[in-house]
Amino acid sequence: MNPAAGNRVCPPSRFSAGWVSVTLGGIVALLAAGALGAIALHRGESVSSLWFIIAAVCLYALGYRFYGAFVAAKVLSLDPTRATPAERFDDGRDFVPTNKWVLFGHHFAAIAGPGPLIGPTLAAQFGYLPGTLWILIGAVLGGCVQDFVILFCSIRRNGRSLGQMARDELGPLGGAAALIGVMMIMIILIAVLGLVVVNAMKHSPWGTSTVAATIPIAMLIGLYMRYLRPGRVLEATAIGVALLLLSVWGGGVVDQHPTLRAWFDYDGPALALMIIVYGFAAAVLPVWLLIAPRDYLSTFMKIGTILALACAIIVLQPAVKMPAVSQFIDGTGPIFGGKLFPFVFITIACGAISGFHALISSGTTPKMIVNERDARFIGYGAMAMESFVAIMAMIAATVLEPGVYFAINSPPGVVGGDAAQAVAVISGWGFPVTVDQMQALAREMGERTLFARTGGAPSLAVGMASIFGNTFGGAALAVWYHFAIMFEALFILTTLSAGTRVARFMLQDMLGNVVPALGRTSWYPGVFLCSGAVVAAWGYFLYAGTRDPLGGINSLWPLFGIANQMLAAIALCVATTILIKSGVRTGRAHYAAITGLPLAWLVVVTTAAAWDKLFSPELRVGFLAHARDLGGKLAAGMLPPDGAAEASRLIFNDYLDAALAVFFLAVTWVLVIETARTCQAVLSGRVHAPINEAPYIPTRLAEV
Amino acid sequence: MARLWKFAGRFWRWLRAISGDDAYERYLAHHHHHHPDVPPLDRGGFFRREQERRWGKINRCC
Repeated sequence: MNPAAGNRVCPPSRFSAGWVSVTLGGIVALLAAGALGAIALHRGESVSSLWFIIAAVCLYALGYRFYGAFVAAKVLSLDPTRATPAERFDDGRDFVPTNKWVLFGHHFAAIAGPGPLIGPTLAAQFGYLPGTLWILIGAVLGGCVQDFVILFCSIRRNGRSLGQMARDELGPLGGAAALIGVMMIMIILIAVLGLVVVNAMKHSPWGTSTVAATIPIAMLIGLYMRYLRPGRVLEATAIGVALLLLSVWGGGVVDQHPTLRAWFDYDGPALALMIIVYGFAAAVLPVWLLIAPRDYLSTFMKIGTILALACAIIVLQPAVKMPAVSQFIDGTGPIFGGKLFPFVFITIACGAISGFHALISSGTTPKMIVNERDARFIGYGAMAMESFVAIMAMIAATVLEPGVYFAINSPPGVVGGDAAQAVAVISGWGFPVTVDQMQALAREMGERTLFARTGGAPSLAVGMASIFGNTFGGAALAVWYHFAIMFEALFILTTLSAGTRVARFMLQDMLGNVVPALGRTSWYPGVFLCSGAVVAAWGYFLYAGTRDPLGGINSLWPLFGIANQMLAAIALCVATTILIKSGVRTGRAHYAAITGLPLAWLVVVTTAAAWDKLFSPELRVGFLAHARDLGGKLAAGMLPPDGAAEASRLIFNDYLDAALAVFFLAVTWVLVIETARTCQAVLSGRVHAPINEAPYIPTRLAEV
Repeated sequence: MARLWKFAGRFWRWLRAISGDDAYERYLAHHHHHHPDVPPLDRGGFFRREQERRWGKINRCC
């Protein structure tokens, strides 16, 4: 077939680079290769984190300049003369032509959540190399491409959402799978994020009081923006940020006060219950009072802290102390069980490839883009930047002494609940650490203990505190530590409350098809019922996680990773189908490999991980093996009476988690088979769902 | 120096646009352009309407 047939416009190809660009590209490529070589081949005491930064920035630049440009020009044929939905529907509300730098900021703020900070911190148990390579390669070839292609597809479809595109291109089954997938991932995500916050706050009066203070501060800002000075976002945010910083200091005062500190000293399950109550309140309270002001504050804190961290790492260039590859690639790691393959690819989802991004890249951002040409900058570029955040989290986790890292992150079920026992076990692995060292560190950070704070937030905060302390002034490590905890908890709780509210709307929407009254967002019984159902769902997993001796992260984080990669697989299924449908007309169907290959890899990884979580004989990996083991002990009467009650509960959780894994596996494969069927039909010229691209209308904006 | 001021001005405008601080001004401009015969909402009314709408969908990620 003639490659140009049926293709109306071939935009001026920006892929054909001049010699200057190629020479520059060559230099950047050499630099990237050198830096990666330094990281990968280093076998000395420690390697400077500057190599990570250089390797990452060079790879993103190369990926953006060459692969991104190739996708833009040859695969998607971006057309700068085509009017975008923002121009055609310009309604001043959803469809708003927005300056590309502003839109980049919006898009980045929307996609960058706590995920890229937590995943790499947990995956550092394999050593720094596997996680770093996956973050870099996964982002350049997978995540950035996914975000970019989905953004493009949605632009060409009037800004339709991922679920709608799945229904249009793959049929009703695809649409339903996407919808239920999104719902499930939100439940698991919220539960696991809640658990991370609980583990950071348990028995920490300073942390708890500071995080608690964020709630009245947000409400104050909400009232200010609604009644005192409507819509003055920047001044309200400035006041809020000042109050937040004050609350970090105030937490220290609370911590020193014997009566006050008792008010904020709680164990995990108690904190879990408080977060559940908070989540319910946030979902039913008016949005202006809590969620909206929280989001303004957390977005500013997030961007500000990430920028500060980047500057601090570049100035300080701390040495990475974790080995390149640790012995835990064999699956015996303390933080979560499971071998390097597939679990490093599940643990790090956000930062490498994250299905959740497809929800932002469709539906919201495409309605604001002025020109198709900018889709690469926004889709590919913002994901590269998020991936860079993941690299910084990896650096912050691996600059800690490995013994300290493992002492903070290992759950008591693995290393023992007693400090002396825990350091003995961890030192026995070859990562020396002492009780004195941990106590001194805890004192420095203003905590009573740092043992068994699984979840990534505390170890990241220790890493950030030492980086910030050494760059901007080392006197107040405790203040930096609690600043980092506050910063993480602030936007984790924002994600949690906004997520609960959105999940409530989605549930109301679904149930509204059956009982119309439940779909009405102003009918209070419906609102309370649906909010309650959503909160109960994630609340159950959260509460169970805080009482799990293996640390709830061990079971919940892999489930979250599988769910997120499943959503990415759905997005890539949609993208691949669209690329084949449009490519078959122009003889370029083979270019669908740019999303097809990442899709194949994700299907392999998700399937392997879900299979392991179900059937592995390892007790900390296989849900069913763990349930059988406990059941056997229970039947043999080997457990004390209260242990027996706990065992039945754990067995129930195992089966519940196993059911979820089966469900994710089933949804992924149903979608993949549906995609394969549709693509087969397209390629062999049989009847199939048509391509739904909006017709070409030339742009009338002058700047083209 | 003049360049620096220009850059600062551009950064300030970017900051206002990205945070939504200038949303009402943009709304007024849009409104006068597209519906000149309808009186626009006042500042408070506009933000009440916008916030409800903006928070009813997924706008944050993991």
